[in-house]
Amino acid sequence: MNNHTIEVEQLTKRFGDFTAVDHIDFTVKQGEIFGFLGANGAGKSTTIRMLCALLQPTEGTARVGGHDITDAPEKVKESIGYMSQRFSLYEDLTVEENIHFFGRVYGLTDAGLRERKAWVLSMANLHGRETSITGTLPGGWKQRLALGCAVLHRPRIVFLDEPTSGVDPLMRRTFWELINELSGEGVTVLVTTHFLEEAEYCNDLILINAGHIIAKGSPKELKSDHIKTPILELQCSNVIEAMSRIEQEPWALETSVFGTNLHVSVSDEASARSGIRKIVEQNDMKLYSIDRITPSLEDVFLYLLDRESEKKETMG
Amino acid sequence: MIRRLWPVIKKEFRQIRRDKRVLAILTLVPAFLLFLNGYALNFDVTHIRMAVVDLEKSGRSREFLEGFKTSGYFDVVYNLNSAEEASALLDDAAVLAALVIPPDFSRRLLSNQTVDIQVLVDGVNSNTATTVIGYVQAVTLQYSRDITLATLSKIGRRNYLPINYEARIWYNPELKSVKFLVPGLIGFILAITCVIATALSIVREKERNTIEQITVSPVHALEFILGKMVPYAVISLVAAVIVILAAYVLFGVEVKGSYLNLFVATLLFVIAALSIGLFISTIAESQQVAFQVAALASMLPTLILSGFIFPIRSMPLFLQILSNITPAKYYLVILRGIILKGVGFAAYWEQMLSLILYAVVLLGISSLRFRKTIG
Repeated sequence: MNNHTIEVEQLTKRFGDFTAVDHIDFTVKQGEIFGFLGANGAGKSTTIRMLCALLQPTEGTARVGGHDITDAPEKVKESIGYMSQRFSLYEDLTVEENIHFFGRVYGLTDAGLRERKAWVLSMANLHGRETSITGTLPGGWKQRLALGCAVLHRPRIVFLDEPTSGVDPLMRRTFWELINELSGEGVTVLVTTHFLEEAEYCNDLILINAGHIIAKGSPKELKSDHIKTPILELQCSNVIEAMSRIEQEPWALETSVFGTNLHVSVSDEASARSGIRKIVEQNDMKLYSIDRITPSLEDVFLYLLDRESEKKETMG
Repeated sequence: MIRRLWPVIKKEFRQIRRDKRVLAILTLVPAFLLFLNGYALNFDVTHIRMAVVDLEKSGRSREFLEGFKTSGYFDVVYNLNSAEEASALLDDAAVLAALVIPPDFSRRLLSNQTVDIQVLVDGVNSNTATTVIGYVQAVTLQYSRDITLATLSKIGRRNYLPINYEARIWYNPELKSVKFLVPGLIGFILAITCVIATALSIVREKERNTIEQITVSPVHALEFILGKMVPYAVISLVAAVIVILAAYVLFGVEVKGSYLNLFVATLLFVIAALSIGLFISTIAESQQVAFQVAALASMLPTLILSGFIFPIRSMPLFLQILSNITPAKYYLVILRGIILKGVGFAAYWEQMLSLILYAVVLLGISSLRFRKTIG
């Protein structure tokens, strides 16, 4: 038993008749970046709130940093850092005042506070802005200050709820570098996101849908475990027409449009390739390229979510 | 516990200091309200505008009228020739009262007969009307008594009055209503500012989501509540001092009793009022709603049910019972005792006890509710 981990067992939360989180299990290892993915309303926030000891589970348990979330909520709160989806520092206080407030609330000493303040300022690149009113900072800076304040007390476990929503792509990249740094120092990071490309940065992840975990593993495992059939990516003119013709072929299992490209999951690669060429010739289209690709996480998630909804349909 | 309470208090003070508008409202508006209400809320009835219909115009009738003019309460603004004219003036509210002296005024007096004079009074404001009638009665009785005494002495009887009285008015010898109102105003103002300020400041944290970062931190609900209350309690006490100073400077109202008792009672009342604000913050989700609920919950009961203006004893029984919902009811009794009468603890220990009970119970209920809703 390591006290830098999160262990979730049969965790369930019901609100009246509605089951928001339904008997989920997972374990987060020390120092890893653990991705928690799912659409809005899938149960992500409810789970995080339970793990932060803000919400009592209806059933099941979880241990965060070695403390039971039901029996020792105060201990849990002391050992975690949390950054909320909505900016939740005091906008009417200065940068410095926010740092001081949260530092003191977490019981930092004068020396500790001085050291951590210097760290946060350089991490968030806020030197010289100590006395700026927080509300006047640009979005990306606020976000980094929020992360800084969340880890002032050097928690060994950090929860980040949609930390990059509303931040421009460049800032998102630097933000992920910060997350990587934290994990490099041995901090366990649980992060929720709906940006699928960000999921690639995670060591491990789970996909949650309607309160159930529908997939878990590393990005690599997820890509190789679920989609066994080859996927062809083609660039051609008239993508929509091409798709509707390809869909009618027996070798085509699934088609989807990705930008200007077409992804086709096929049962047999050779016959698919010749079939596609035939369709293109017969219809006077132009084929620019045709490649077999390894599926992206997006492919996998779309596939898994599709499968889920089909399951539900056949059951209902 | 104290370790985390202090940063919360400090943070709250910083936020208040930065919000100059709120700070001004909390400290200066009370004194301004006192200024306004002290002058506007005046129940003293003086300079009553009166019309006189003297149908005799004799030396005797003029002498009688002189009694009204010198009483200091009446201004004779019209001298008329008929009662009809007087009623027209009453209709227009140009005068509050009209006096009709019959044409046989001195003749009847000289033949030892009773004279009926007529007094017409505008009864729209029943309080004022009652006071006016009282003054008319006093002036008339004085004049009648003088005549009786003169008659008695003329027939050789000893000039004597069976029962005389000497009224000494305590606590407020000039009978100025402002003295009665100032303590009430202090309570009224403190109730409003405390309830609204706490309700707003907590709901603002909900609205801006800052409460979320607090709830995941090790800060206890009680630390958060106390951290919110202490700054507002301090500011409210400062506001109370300003109001008391203003009452002295503007209206000459002095605190006759113990400042320590005044401080203790005010502190208890402030805690009770802040708890009401806290309670409202657990119901309201937006600052707008919080403001409306807080304004309603603090103003109405303090204005109507606390005995500030309307005496509780003359209310119907169910209102008397209902009046217990506002801690201002008890606070006002204590305030009037200390400020006007200068009496000690023995005179209001029951009210003190009620205030303590209020502060403890309200704070308890609100804290529990707050814990439940905030987590």
